Amino acid sequence: MAKQYETVIGLEVHVELATKTKIFCSCSTEFGGAPNSHTCPVCTGMPGSLPVLNKQVVEYAIAVGLATNCSITQYCKFDRKNYFYPDNPQNYQISQLYLPICRNGGVEIDTPAGKKTIGIHEIHMEEDAGKLIHDEWEDCSLVDFNRSGVPLIEIVSEPDMRSAEEVIAYLDKLRLIIQYLGASDCKLNEGSMRADVNLSVREVGAKEFGTRTEMKNLNSFKAIARAIEGERARQIELLEEGKEVVQETRRWDDNKEYSYAMRSKEDAQDYRYFPDPDLVPIMISDEWIERIKAAQPELRTEKLERYKKEFDIPDYDAEILTSSKTMADLFEATTELCKKPKKVSNWLMVETLRLMKENDMEAEDLSFSPENLAKLIELVDAGTINSSVAKEVFEVIFKEDIDPDKYVEEKGLKAVNDEGALRATIEEVIANNPQSVEDYHNGKEKAIGFLVGQTMKAMQGKANPGMVNKILKELL
Amino acid sequence: MSLMSLTAVELGKKIKAKEVTVKEAVEAAIAQIEKSEETLNCYVTVDKEGALKKAEEVQKLIDDGTLTGPLAGVPVAIKDNMCTKDMLTTCSSKILSNFVPTYTAEAVVNLEKAGAVILGKTNMDEFAMGSTNETSAYGAVKNPWNTEHVPGGSSGGSCAAVAAEECSYALGSDTGGSIRQPSSFCGVTGIKPTYGTVSRYGLIAYGSSLDQIGPVAKDVTDCATILEAIASYDPKDSTSVKREDYDFTSALVDDVKGLKIGIPKAYFGEGLDKEVKEAVLAAAKVLEEKGAIVEEFDLGLVDYAIPAYYVIAAAEASSNLSRFDGVKYGYRTEDYEGLHNMYKKTRSEGFGAEVKRRIMLGSFVLSSGYYDAYYLKALRTKALIKKEFDKAFEKYDVILGPAAPTTAPKLGDSLSDPIKMYLGDIYTISVNLAGLPGISVPCGTDSKGLPIGLQLIGDCFKEKNIIRAAYAYEQTGSYKRPGMLEE
Repeated sequence: MAKQYETVIGLEVHVELATKTKIFCSCSTEFGGAPNSHTCPVCTGMPGSLPVLNKQVVEYAIAVGLATNCSITQYCKFDRKNYFYPDNPQNYQISQLYLPICRNGGVEIDTPAGKKTIGIHEIHMEEDAGKLIHDEWEDCSLVDFNRSGVPLIEIVSEPDMRSAEEVIAYLDKLRLIIQYLGASDCKLNEGSMRADVNLSVREVGAKEFGTRTEMKNLNSFKAIARAIEGERARQIELLEEGKEVVQETRRWDDNKEYSYAMRSKEDAQDYRYFPDPDLVPIMISDEWIERIKAAQPELRTEKLERYKKEFDIPDYDAEILTSSKTMADLFEATTELCKKPKKVSNWLMVETLRLMKENDMEAEDLSFSPENLAKLIELVDAGTINSSVAKEVFEVIFKEDIDPDKYVEEKGLKAVNDEGALRATIEEVIANNPQSVEDYHNGKEKAIGFLVGQTMKAMQGKANPGMVNKILKELL
Repeated sequence: MSLMSLTAVELGKKIKAKEVTVKEAVEAAIAQIEKSEETLNCYVTVDKEGALKKAEEVQKLIDDGTLTGPLAGVPVAIKDNMCTKDMLTTCSSKILSNFVPTYTAEAVVNLEKAGAVILGKTNMDEFAMGSTNETSAYGAVKNPWNTEHVPGGSSGGSCAAVAAEECSYALGSDTGGSIRQPSSFCGVTGIKPTYGTVSRYGLIAYGSSLDQIGPVAKDVTDCATILEAIASYDPKDSTSVKREDYDFTSALVDDVKGLKIGIPKAYFGEGLDKEVKEAVLAAAKVLEEKGAIVEEFDLGLVDYAIPAYYVIAAAEASSNLSRFDGVKYGYRTEDYEGLHNMYKKTRSEGFGAEVKRRIMLGSFVLSSGYYDAYYLKALRTKALIKKEFDKAFEKYDVILGPAAPTTAPKLGDSLSDPIKMYLGDIYTISVNLAGLPGISVPCGTDSKGLPIGLQLIGDCFKEKNIIRAAYAYEQTGSYKRPGMLEE
């Protein structure tokens, strides 16, 4: 019988925090901007410059730690991680090794076999590096330090996951917690959330872990799932061939669905960590922790329950609406404006999800405003536009966030409620389609649908469909 | 006599009284620089034009009543490890041979606000690593008392420039004695303040947990006045301290009655030059005669200060100096193939031997497997040394001893034996490890005519005790000009 293998996975997740300014200087953290426009002597490593800690970074880290059941290190310090690379202006990264801010936590995930807790070993704060741009024409490299000093937290899990599904469930859970806390937008594709996968395989029942590899460059949940499958298969194949897995860092190429060895343990650098003498230890008082706890916003579970109770939203819908902070925020803000939670939920659950799927978008990419969705709902409710026109208008709102009042006015999309005009058109349709009329009289109920369609077409879709039906039946 | 023979405060008074213009003061300094600089090599950069232009601006601000402080219009020299906007800042290293900062160090900004006119940047041991000023990439500084001797280091350029009257006063920095030891060798007065008193923002770091900027001048009055101008709480420096008192000049009183002075026996043992010992003990006698209570005591762990210091300072330096890589600023090697070769060649060519030695030492003690045995042990030693001083300051207001075991050695005598050079820091280093304030004041000369320095050490934030003791001692007329100025 073939050997059965178990996959053991631990994650290192980097999350870019949503502070306005960098971790050790007052430069903006805004994404984009001309190269090196968000820089100063501190984040470019100028001689003599000194770091000063951004308090908000500590508060976000504590908030994430509390929400993931970690204990907070009340006397914590920053260490220097020494290595040479041009995107690292000081040639050391300010990070935490000896006294990370959070330790010994965990989050619960749902698995087919029931609930499971994934342990969190530690969460530490650190600074991001700049970005290297390789100019192949000029045969040189350029450095953009805009990202240098953007605050990160690194969440290091225990090796508690056993499948790609568990990894995705864990990441999803972390993402939701952090988004709800407002600590980060956690966009994998923009790099504000990055996951490195540590993976090993062992025979089922074995007590010792196998040799692990670390995989980098995973930019989507799909890529993570594919990389895990690929790496699992690669390691099992090696073991089956009687070879050994080499402890190394590998880079996943999602296009080729293959990973490449980057560096092995033998070339592993000695980072010569030591406490950063430019920064003083951080003393975190009980009162400070209590203040952060008290200010903690409503997290997902609480929100989900509230939606069911307060708005009478069904279980499944409430799950979807709270599955991302952006979606929940949209729902609440729109409901606040139009006071019609069920209708808002309906637009989000049906049309929004459909368009997101069509455009391969995540909830975080949604860009339309609650104001315009609320206006659209009002337009339909007032009978100003019919539901099929509303869907068309929504598509434009979804893409360009236009004002539906103005749009409907400009494009002349208002529903025709004038019975006289409708009646005239319908009479004309009946006259032009004798075959359908006959079919209808012969009992083919479907024929009426065709006639409604023809009427809508003649009215350029603006007719009130209820009225069209009523008049048609009457005239037939 | 030249305007330059005045102390900074005396010159400031004359400028304020309109007896002297700022331009005249700056011209006098430049004249002295032009006279002796070729022999002494105190400066890396002299900014004659900039200083003369600044003199006019400052004069206007004095005339219209904006600048009224004691240092307004007085010309100053800045050690070349403090960033000065638009002015070359080299740390006396080849690797920063073309580095022009985009900003000015906080301590220098404070001086500029007080109306200082910067003459230029003074020579130093490369990256402040050295005790003789011979490790500078721009040549050794000569001691104005005898040009065959070193001025001490690492603030040798600042101290020699003050002694030779090439400036009215100067700023130095002190990581293990770099203000007090060259002050002693050059016969001037220098203060290393309590760690956290003067902002380190813009001071190019050597050992971040030990570095402090301080004044170098002809007398204690000048030093207290300058310290009052440069000390500030700076939110840009996390290690900066919001002090309760910044009025250092209030301690300039000729009264040491009841002041308790302790003399550590271990500071007068083996290795101390006989003439230095006699001069320092004679100074203690003077203070006793003036009413101070002087007694000997046992200070522990004296022998552990040097090894602990060289581990901690080198460890921090190995990391602090890694940013000098040829990528962003400074020197880059001409020919290279690929990134790693560029790093290697740039740093091999850009750093001098002593800097490389300390980077290697620091990298070694931080390496995995050695960290606990060296670096952590050194940190623990540092904490124990601080405790020893805490104990001593329960009994004494001031600790008295020599600033250095000898007077200035001859040029070339120390470089061949780095251990011997390191041992020369024995009396100054523990002050940095414990974060304490220390002052060196001249207390005579040896038979070769070289100056001897008296060191007074205070408890943290008790600069006033050492200023008071030093001031009282100085009233006996201890300050002398080097012979070369009397000719």
